[in-house]
Amino acid sequence: MWKTVLRRFLIMIPQLIILSMLVFLLAKMMPGDPFTGMINPNSDAREIARLRQAYGLNDPWWVQYCRWVGNMFHGDLGQSYIQHVPVASLIWDRAVNTFWLSLLTVLLTYSIAIPMGISAGRHQDEWQDQAIQIFNYITFAVPGFVFYILGIWLFSFTLGWFPISGSVSANASGFWGVLGSRLYHMILPAILYALITTTTIVQYLRTGIVDNKVEDYVRTARSKGVPENVVFHKHILRNSVLPIVAFLGNTITGLLSGSMIIESVFSYPGMGKLFLDSISQRDYTTLTALILLFGMLTLLGNLISDILLSIVDPRIRVK
Amino acid sequence: MSNKKKSTQTKQDQTQVSLPPSGFKVAVREIWRDKIALTAFIVICLILLLTFGGSLFLKKSQVTEINIAEAYYGWGQAGHIFGTDDGGRDIFKLLIMGGRNSILIGLSVTAIDETLGLLIGLIAGYFGGTVDAVIMRIVDFVQILPQFPIIIVLTTVIPNYNAFVLVGLMSMFYWTTTARLFRSFVLSQRGRDYVLASKTSGSSDWKIMFREVLPNITSMLIIDVVLTVAGNIGIETSLSFLGYGLPITTPSLGTLISFANDPANVVARPWLWVPATVLLLLISMNINYVGRALQRAGDARQREN
Repeated sequence: MWKTVLRRFLIMIPQLIILSMLVFLLAKMMPGDPFTGMINPNSDAREIARLRQAYGLNDPWWVQYCRWVGNMFHGDLGQSYIQHVPVASLIWDRAVNTFWLSLLTVLLTYSIAIPMGISAGRHQDEWQDQAIQIFNYITFAVPGFVFYILGIWLFSFTLGWFPISGSVSANASGFWGVLGSRLYHMILPAILYALITTTTIVQYLRTGIVDNKVEDYVRTARSKGVPENVVFHKHILRNSVLPIVAFLGNTITGLLSGSMIIESVFSYPGMGKLFLDSISQRDYTTLTALILLFGMLTLLGNLISDILLSIVDPRIRVK
Repeated sequence: MSNKKKSTQTKQDQTQVSLPPSGFKVAVREIWRDKIALTAFIVICLILLLTFGGSLFLKKSQVTEINIAEAYYGWGQAGHIFGTDDGGRDIFKLLIMGGRNSILIGLSVTAIDETLGLLIGLIAGYFGGTVDAVIMRIVDFVQILPQFPIIIVLTTVIPNYNAFVLVGLMSMFYWTTTARLFRSFVLSQRGRDYVLASKTSGSSDWKIMFREVLPNITSMLIIDVVLTVAGNIGIETSLSFLGYGLPITTPSLGTLISFANDPANVVARPWLWVPATVLLLLISMNINYVGRALQRAGDARQREN
């Protein structure tokens, strides 16, 4: 077990290095440097050139790369061009919002997908299964942003049940007030987002149950006289649900890349929205830090997935 | 030797009847049988006819010309069926051109990705060993990249950005799933008797790959192409919706739907975004339905074997 985890960690190191190099390259492709924001009609061109020299912007790229990586280890992600605050603190505020939205989405995703998958698998080809298949087809076929737009149009604008933007009301006070307001703002995006993410899990669970139903060990259990309910819950379900757990990592990864669209539609102040704002304001230090963060979180999601899978399914462990 | 070859040739001819029909024939037959899929297919054809045919009569410069005096006409006002947008442009014409552009981008990216993915998957799966290991590490790496954010950043930093660059950027990242799919299939085929037989009789690797293994993939390829086209249209429209897909001067369904991002438009000016949303839904749901129908047919055939 530990061997697999260790091996998986070792694979991650070169991936992380290449990822950081790529992001650095991307950052160098972006116009401007940390002093571009300071240039104004009164600034002295020679002073800026001196600052550039002093901060090592004329050094060869590998020196700059090493310094950049070094700074990052100290938690220094640079200074935002536009907002003139450290990028790390800027991202932190938004990351908290994205974290809560993602957490609620993951909880909803699994609590919607697992009963649906079980019902579809248990009642294969009956009406429950057919209804779930239709639902699954819709959530798979409709592009996410169209789904969100239709959702916000129906529930927020037309019915007025939910707010159309933000994360917490300005006049919310007290612990419960803030929590309630937060939930109220998150619930619609989280539900819509969760419905879109359920597709794979439902499909996977259904296929797992359908396949396991005809396995030899199930037939053996039945012929020994084990009651049908026990056969389903102890034998079939356990073997089908476990692989779903491993999807958690993929779900996290998926949520990150989707956060941009959902946060844009709901004007939710999370990391995805920050990314889009930074791009339109040409705030390149923030952008670079965010891409690196997205990349690292994706790596982490994959790591979690693989480790969970090796816990759940002993066959893929390294001997 | 030649005699022997001839005899196997005739044997093959005799057994032709029981051989499974080619992937393409199966696809046509399945669509014909499934009446909903047939309807979906007809709807797709009609949309293609409307968008591609309609675009022939439109000039991009005229469609995207700004005329503030005619801004925000409602449904059917002053001869504009779907009204006009903030720049006085006719929504119906933008819809036709945008639909064509979105479909065209989806098709181009799919063509590149499927070719690339098929080739790489075939090579990795067929040769195995080191070649496979190296290719799969690259695939793994591309897949862990935050693709969507990277594409968005690249669209803003690349000079002379246009639709071709967008196709290139999207193709750069999305070939990996196809490569994976075909690799795993080829991997399961390389030990089969027909491959070994061909190898023993001295066929070159390339011949085995393209003449022997490839025909077995066609039905898989058709399914993958159909579903990928829908997926790529979704990605392009998402990018355009966020404002980083097609350049602003080129109409896209995503750009039209993004009118709904402004709360002032959502309820008050539905003609701006509803037609594009409906068209995109029609395109996406019908293509996906056809893809799924083919997939079911493919699965059923695999189960029979």
